[in-house]
Amino acid sequence: MHQASLRNDSMHQDLPKTADLVVIGAGVVGAAAAWFATLAGLRVVVVDRGAIAGGTSGAGEGNVLVSDKEPGPELELARYSRQVWGEDLGPYGEWWEFERKGGLVVASTPAALGALRTLAERQRARGVVVREVSGAELHDLEPRLTREAAGGALYPQDAQVQPMLAAAHLLRLARRRGAVVRTGTEVVGFLRRRGGCAGAPAMSGGCVGAPATSAGGSPATPRGGAGAPVTGVRTPHGTVSAPAVLNAAGTWAGAVAGLAGVELPVLPRRGFVLVTEPLPPATVRHKVYAADYVDAVASSDAELQASPVVEGTGGGTVLIGSTRERVGFDRWPSPAAVRALARGAIGLFPMLASVRAMRVYAGFRPYCPDHLPVIGPDPRAPGLWHACGHEGAGIGLAAGTGKLIAQALTGEATDLDLTPFAPERFEKGGADEPRGE
Amino acid sequence: MVMAAMATDRPTYDVAVVGAGPAGLAAAVGAAEAGLDVVLIDAGRLPGGQYWRHDEHSAPPRHHHGRLFARLRARLRHQRHLGRLHYLPGHQVWLIDRPRPDSGPFTLRLNGPYDTAPVERDRVRAGALVLCCGAYDRQLPLPGWELPGVMAAGGVQALLKGHRAVAGRRAVVAGTGPFLLPVATGLARAGVRVLAVCEANPAHGWLRHLDGAVRAPAKSAEAVRYAALMARHRIPYRTRATVTEILGEDRVRGVRLDGGEVLEADLVALGWGFTPALELPLMVGAATRRDLDGSLVAVVDARQRTTVPDVLAAGETTGVGGAAPAVAEGRLAALSLAAAHGLPVDPRAVRRLRAAIRHGRAFAAALHRTYPVPDGWTDRLTERTVVCRCEEVTYGELCRARTDLGAQDPRTMKLLARPGMGWCQGRICGFAVAAITASLTGRPATAEDLRPLSARPFAAPVTLGELAEPADDLDDPDDLDDPDGSDGEL
Repeated sequence: MHQASLRNDSMHQDLPKTADLVVIGAGVVGAAAAWFATLAGLRVVVVDRGAIAGGTSGAGEGNVLVSDKEPGPELELARYSRQVWGEDLGPYGEWWEFERKGGLVVASTPAALGALRTLAERQRARGVVVREVSGAELHDLEPRLTREAAGGALYPQDAQVQPMLAAAHLLRLARRRGAVVRTGTEVVGFLRRRGGCAGAPAMSGGCVGAPATSAGGSPATPRGGAGAPVTGVRTPHGTVSAPAVLNAAGTWAGAVAGLAGVELPVLPRRGFVLVTEPLPPATVRHKVYAADYVDAVASSDAELQASPVVEGTGGGTVLIGSTRERVGFDRWPSPAAVRALARGAIGLFPMLASVRAMRVYAGFRPYCPDHLPVIGPDPRAPGLWHACGHEGAGIGLAAGTGKLIAQALTGEATDLDLTPFAPERFEKGGADEPRGE
Repeated sequence: MVMAAMATDRPTYDVAVVGAGPAGLAAAVGAAEAGLDVVLIDAGRLPGGQYWRHDEHSAPPRHHHGRLFARLRARLRHQRHLGRLHYLPGHQVWLIDRPRPDSGPFTLRLNGPYDTAPVERDRVRAGALVLCCGAYDRQLPLPGWELPGVMAAGGVQALLKGHRAVAGRRAVVAGTGPFLLPVATGLARAGVRVLAVCEANPAHGWLRHLDGAVRAPAKSAEAVRYAALMARHRIPYRTRATVTEILGEDRVRGVRLDGGEVLEADLVALGWGFTPALELPLMVGAATRRDLDGSLVAVVDARQRTTVPDVLAAGETTGVGGAAPAVAEGRLAALSLAAAHGLPVDPRAVRRLRAAIRHGRAFAAALHRTYPVPDGWTDRLTERTVVCRCEEVTYGELCRARTDLGAQDPRTMKLLARPGMGWCQGRICGFAVAAITASLTGRPATAEDLRPLSARPFAAPVTLGELAEPADDLDDPDDLDDPDGSDGEL
């Protein structure tokens, strides 16, 4: 009964030979970029070696937060992206369960409250809407919250989306406007105008930037490719020639960049999310987290860090984050991390102690040493663009990132200055701006 | 330090056997008798598993190798009495951890059942594992199957064995395989009028279709007994009879067969065979494969060893085959562990067990070939047929996740349409979701399709309070970060 619709499905079409833009990565960042580029009139091909939202997009909580960012370029991007989620993408919000639920940051001690107050003040100066909440009012907002809290801050702009649905529907929208999405299609090399195989004409498909490597390893050794313009991608299902290729491969973006002979220090930072049994509606009403979360987000420690983030979902389950560890790509639930999640959640909501967890899942935040994403063209390999390294904020930052990339690709002035996110900033002697002011 | 003293007192068993059904009982008793320190962990309150399920007041089951069970139970009692076997009924393993990959002891985290106080809420350490986790009903969705009054055949059998009661006056038993017969006769004995056993496959009496080379006297006797019981209770046995729809508004009122005929019933038992519970094998990283009957099973070698060092598996975990090969596999696993510990093992016993396993597996294979899940069962699904009952995901939603959202594999299907995300975590709908996703993508289901819906990072639900407990008595409860990075012992 569905055969006819399957045949018309773009996922089963042959890979087009040419495009205006090839997007590598069918996660939420790649999907947003594909959508905005398609909207701007570009012919877009999206390829992913795995499935739609199969990487970090399918393993997060769907945070669209401004509250957890210290003033600086990331906060500017977060505010901008929140606006794009709410306005440009607002009409479709229902499809991905966009919810303006608000964030509630809880300080357990007067000292933590003082620090939270200072942060909120600085954020307010940058346009963030934030309201201090007394200990008594905390319980009006979250009746199940611990009575131990000293106070908190409410961030009404904080929102939540269902990230897998966001990626899938953005790609569906893009496909409706002509984009082609091919999953199970790994980019194994780049087409270059000149370089490794001298004499190959541009866009012939015969020139390969680097040998095929499985993404996830260390960046490939540059092989005569850096500097030569990228003119498309090579996959086992054929080549696509395009004047622009966007690397939106998330945690694996470093390996993709390596195929083009450029180094991009994107590393995995593991996190776990615990999922509880379904609870009655409004058991947890906001995105509730402890004030020390901001420090954990900003830290670079390799060892396990845990800071509780608790929120309800439409289905009644409660999601509990967050842990941070740099342990490579090991997906196996670490008992220590799971224990830390449970403890943190019970600390915020004591009633959760008797609630059952149904599952736990791991994700790998794609993080850069300065905790800023990489957005924009790569001068080391003209034609190659990046939209990656969003760490744990990729869902929230995706909408803005996609729109900015589309603006830059079509030669428009970008709504935000992309300089802090420049791909070459990690090169020796390059810009190395620390996070924050 | 008191805590440290407690920790050193905590024994590390030579082997932890998970599951006290036919395979697990045989493995645990056999290992203890061979001289190993054994802990036997079982979710049930009484030994026997689903196969030998009984209640406190009933004698051990007389059929189904009942004497074998009685002997194993007596030996279990004896080994417990000797202190060689620690038996933990009413406990579920929710996590297995091995701090050092491929060597050193396993830590099993346990919780008690939620309807009773736990006997021992604890963690258990063992140098080796024998996973005998059994199987549960394989369920296939069809229109109306979510109505009250529709039950899995195994669920009906469990009610009859455990409580000797079931709600219903007129029943239809449908699906495929010989297991439909004891369910039907059990219902009849409980006073339910069984209108028909609807066997979807063309089998006329299940002995006729068995491989001639396979001799199974015990099974034959069983078949004759059921045939007699069916006759005595006047239960019609209809072959090539498929239930295409279950009728009713608030509860089941009847079934429609593929010829259009309607049977009015208030109880429908559906049985499509069984599918192994693979949470624990997948949790420890054991290799799995798709068996002849389409189920995912653990790969074992001729010594019942999985692909993970020190992890063995026996019984339905290695392929659905019934009690006889399960007991033989359990015994062989025990001998295999004994040999690994340098204990003497009689090679003739090993040969005998291997022959019994070959025989039992050949018989099971014949059954699987005779009673396959019929091709094309997904054709009967309609837009509104519920596939995942926990999350109320319909077949139409799965189709749209495939065509509109691009879900081409079960994991993506789960992320985009939520089948298997609910309370049962895919135990009920996992097999169906894998088959549906594959069929929508125009290919047969593979082991890769089955795995994502069979793996569960917690093998059983566990409270956050339990999760928050300190990792180990030796640990400083407040020290979350292990400075030397070796943390991970729970």
